[in-house]
Amino acid sequence: MTREAGVAARREGAACWRPRLAEGTAPVLVVLLLLLVGLAVTGPAYDEPSGYLALLKRAAPLMILAIGQYFVIVSGGFDLSVGALVTAGVVIAARLIDGDESATTGVVLLVLGFGLLVGLVNGLVTTKLLVPSFIVTLGMMLVLDGAVFLWTDGAPRGALSAGFRTFGRGSVDVPLLGEVPWSVLILLAILVAAALFMRGGTGRALVAVGDNEAAVRLSGGQVDRLRLLAFVLSGLLAAVAAILLGGFAGVSAQVGNGLEFRAITAVVLGGVLLGGGRGSVVAAAAGALSLEALFTLLNLLGVSGALESAVQGVIIIAAVAYAALGGGLRQRLRWRPKRNSTQPAPS
Amino acid sequence: MTPGPATRVRLRGITKSFLGVPVLHGVDLDLRGGEVHAVMGENGAGKSTLLKVLAGVHRPDGGTVEVDGTEVSFAGPTDAQRAGIAIIHQEFTLLPHRTVAENVYLGREPVRRMQVDRRRMVADTRALLDWLGEDGIAPTDVVASLSVAQRQVVEIVKALSTDARVLGMDEPTAALADHEVELLYDLVRRLRERGIAILYVSHRMREVFDLSDRITVLKDGRFVTCAPTRELTSEDLVRHMVGRDLGEYYPDRARPGDLGPVRLALRGAGNDRVRDLTFEVRAGEIVGLAGLQGSGRSAVARAVFGVEPFTRGVLEVDGTPRRVARPRTAVRLGIALVTEDRKGDGLALRQSVRDNTLLVRRAALRGARARARSDLPALLGMVAVVARGEHQEVRFLSGGNQQKVVLAKWLAVAPKVLVVDEPTRGIDVGAKRAVHELLRDLARRGVAVLMISSELPELIGMSDRILVMHDGALAGELPAGASEGAVMALATGHGLAEAVA
Repeated sequence: MTREAGVAARREGAACWRPRLAEGTAPVLVVLLLLLVGLAVTGPAYDEPSGYLALLKRAAPLMILAIGQYFVIVSGGFDLSVGALVTAGVVIAARLIDGDESATTGVVLLVLGFGLLVGLVNGLVTTKLLVPSFIVTLGMMLVLDGAVFLWTDGAPRGALSAGFRTFGRGSVDVPLLGEVPWSVLILLAILVAAALFMRGGTGRALVAVGDNEAAVRLSGGQVDRLRLLAFVLSGLLAAVAAILLGGFAGVSAQVGNGLEFRAITAVVLGGVLLGGGRGSVVAAAAGALSLEALFTLLNLLGVSGALESAVQGVIIIAAVAYAALGGGLRQRLRWRPKRNSTQPAPS
Repeated sequence: MTPGPATRVRLRGITKSFLGVPVLHGVDLDLRGGEVHAVMGENGAGKSTLLKVLAGVHRPDGGTVEVDGTEVSFAGPTDAQRAGIAIIHQEFTLLPHRTVAENVYLGREPVRRMQVDRRRMVADTRALLDWLGEDGIAPTDVVASLSVAQRQVVEIVKALSTDARVLGMDEPTAALADHEVELLYDLVRRLRERGIAILYVSHRMREVFDLSDRITVLKDGRFVTCAPTRELTSEDLVRHMVGRDLGEYYPDRARPGDLGPVRLALRGAGNDRVRDLTFEVRAGEIVGLAGLQGSGRSAVARAVFGVEPFTRGVLEVDGTPRRVARPRTAVRLGIALVTEDRKGDGLALRQSVRDNTLLVRRAALRGARARARSDLPALLGMVAVVARGEHQEVRFLSGGNQQKVVLAKWLAVAPKVLVVDEPTRGIDVGAKRAVHELLRDLARRGVAVLMISSELPELIGMSDRILVMHDGALAGELPAGASEGAVMALATGHGLAEAVA
C-alpha cells in the first residue's frame, strides 16, 4: 500500500508510452506469429507479400464474423445464427440479382438490411422476452436454414452479378501496396472502426455489461440497448461476410455451414472470455486470422481437410481451458510475491 | 497463561490477510476439553476467520496450531476433521431428501458385502443420538421433516460421528426461533459434560453469558483479552469489544450555517416495502437512516434511486416533484447510490479502475460529458485509491480500495444527492476513516448525504440527524449524537417504554 493511483496515473501519462495489451491478448499474437513463420518456412507462396495478402483475403469473411461475434460474446451472449445468416444472404442475393447487373446496389443494401433485421430480432427476443441468447440464436439458425431450404428446394437458383462478386474477389490498385483485394480493405475499415468503438464509452460499457450487468444498470446504463446493439452489429457484419463470401466462394446452400462455430472458436482463441467481460476485438480478429493460417498450414503439410473440424474442436476446448486454468495460474504467479492469498476477502 | 492438562487446541500468534488486508494479527487461543469457550467481537473483528483457520478452511499466514500438544498444519478441512475438529456452519450442509442416518454418514457409508450397511448406519446414528440424549429424532427420519433446531442436532451428530472432540459453532442461534434456543443451550451443555471442547462464536451477549466458561475478545483482528466468564461483567465485555481506536473519531459535524436548501424531499412516499415516508435532506448535511435488518432502510435507498420505485407519495429533487422510475433517471437528476453489495452490483470486477470510475459517466450521460476523462487522476486522487495504476482490474484491490472506486465513479458525475448503503462494510479501519472523511467533505461541498449503516457507532458518529425506521415506516427522528439505546429503542419498536427503562 504505497502508491496512489493519482501518482501512478501521472507517471504513466509521462513520456514512457508503451503499448498496452488487453488481458489475455498476448497468447494469440504469439500463436499468430508462429503460424506465419511456419507458413513462410513451409510454403513457397509465402516468400512475398502477395501470399500473405491472399491469406488475408481468404480470412477476411471469418475475421469480420469474428468481430461481430466478439460484440455479442463480450457482452455476455452467443450468436449461433451467423452461419445460417451468411447462407441466407448469399442465396437471397443470387436469386434476386439473377445476373442482372443493375440490381447490384439495391440487393447489397437489402442483404445488409436483412442482416440488421435478423440481429434486431435476436437482440429483442433476448432482452425483452428474456430467452437466453444461446437458445434464441440457435432457433434463428434453424429458422433461417429451414427458410432457405424451403425457398430453394435445396438447390439455390439465380446468379450473382459481376459487380456483386467484385467485393469478394476483385482488387484495387493502392499506391505503394499495389493490388489490394477489396475484401482486405473492407476488413481493415471494419477492424479500425471496431477498435475505435471499443475504446470509446459505449464499447467500454458493453464489456462492463458482460462483466456485471447489475452494476451497469445501477450506474444508469441501458443494459438492454447495449446488448441489442451487439446483436445488431453481429447480424450486420454477418451480412457483410455473406457479400464477401458470395463473391469469393460462389453460390451454394452450404456456404455458411459451420461458420458460427468457427467464429466462436476464433473469438475464444483471441482470449475473449466466454460469458463476457474481458477481451479485445483486435485479438478476436487475430484469432480468426490464426485459425485460417493454421488451416492453410495444415493444408500445405498435406493434412487432410477432413481434420479441420477436429482441430477446431481441440482448439476451442484448449483455449477455454487455458483461459480458466492458465489465466488463473498466471495471476497467482504474478501475485504471490505481493500478496498472501488469492482468496476473496471475507465480507 | 499456561495450558492446563486438558488443553486440546492451542493457537499462537495466528495471522491472516486477505488480498493485503490483515484480518488477524497474532491471535492466541487455548481451548480445553469440556469447556465452552466463547469468541466475541464486533463485525469484522476476525471471529469467523479464526474459526475457519481452526477448521482448516483458511491457512494461517503465520503462527502455530497445536492439537493435543502436537503442532499441525491443515491443508484443508479434511485434515482438521482427521485431527478431531469439526465446525457447525451457519448454513446447513444437509441433503433435505435423505434420512438422518444417510446424512450423518454421507460419503463414508459403512460397507458390508459390497453393500451399504444400512442397519449399522442406523444403529450407530441412534447410539450417537442417545449419547446426546436426543430422543425426538429417529435415524430414519427424512431431514426435510425436521425443524431447524433438529437439523442443527443432526449437523452436530454428523460432526461427532467423525470422532470430533473439538466443535466450532459459528453463530449457532442465528437460524433458530426463540423457543429453539433453549434446546440448543441444553445440547451445548450436554456436549460439554461429555468432554467436548466447544469454540462458540457469537456476538450475542446473553448467549455468551448463559453458556460459556471463558471468553476471548477480538477487536480488529487483535487479541484483546481472555478471561473466565464469571469474572466479567457485560460492561467489561462491551468496553473490551469497542475499545478505543480510529473508528471512534469522526469528522466534525455540520454547523447550522453550513446547511443549504432542501435537496431531497419525500412526502408520504411508499411502495410495497415502505410506507408514509416524509423527510427532507438538505445540502450540506448527513442524515443517518437507522433500523434493524429488514426494517426497510435499503428499500428506501432503492426506491429513491428508482430500482424499486415509490408507487405512492411525492419525491422532490431541489423542490421539483419527480418521478424516478429507473436508475438512469435518478442519475440524470443528480442522485447517486452506493449499494451495500459492492461486488454484486457496485463494480464490474474484471474491468479496470479507470473503466469503473468512468462507468456512470459513460453509461448514463451523453455527448462531451460522457466522454470527459481528463479529470480521472483528480477523481482517483480525491478518494485516494491505492492501486498499481488505473489499468489494474478492480477485483485485485482490497475491499476498502474497491469502495473508494465506487465512490469515485459517483464523484465523476458530481451528484447532488448521495445515498450510501453500508459504505464501510467489510473494509479495514484506515479505509473506513477515509470514507467517513470523504462523505463529510462531500457534504461540506453541498451534497445532501443519506447514510445507511448497521454499525450504530458509525451512524451516530457521522450523522447530523438520525431517522430511525421500524417495520417499513419511520419510527422517529433523533438529533446528532443520540445514544445507541435511543436508536435501538425506536428501531425495535419498543419506543418510550424501553427508553424509560
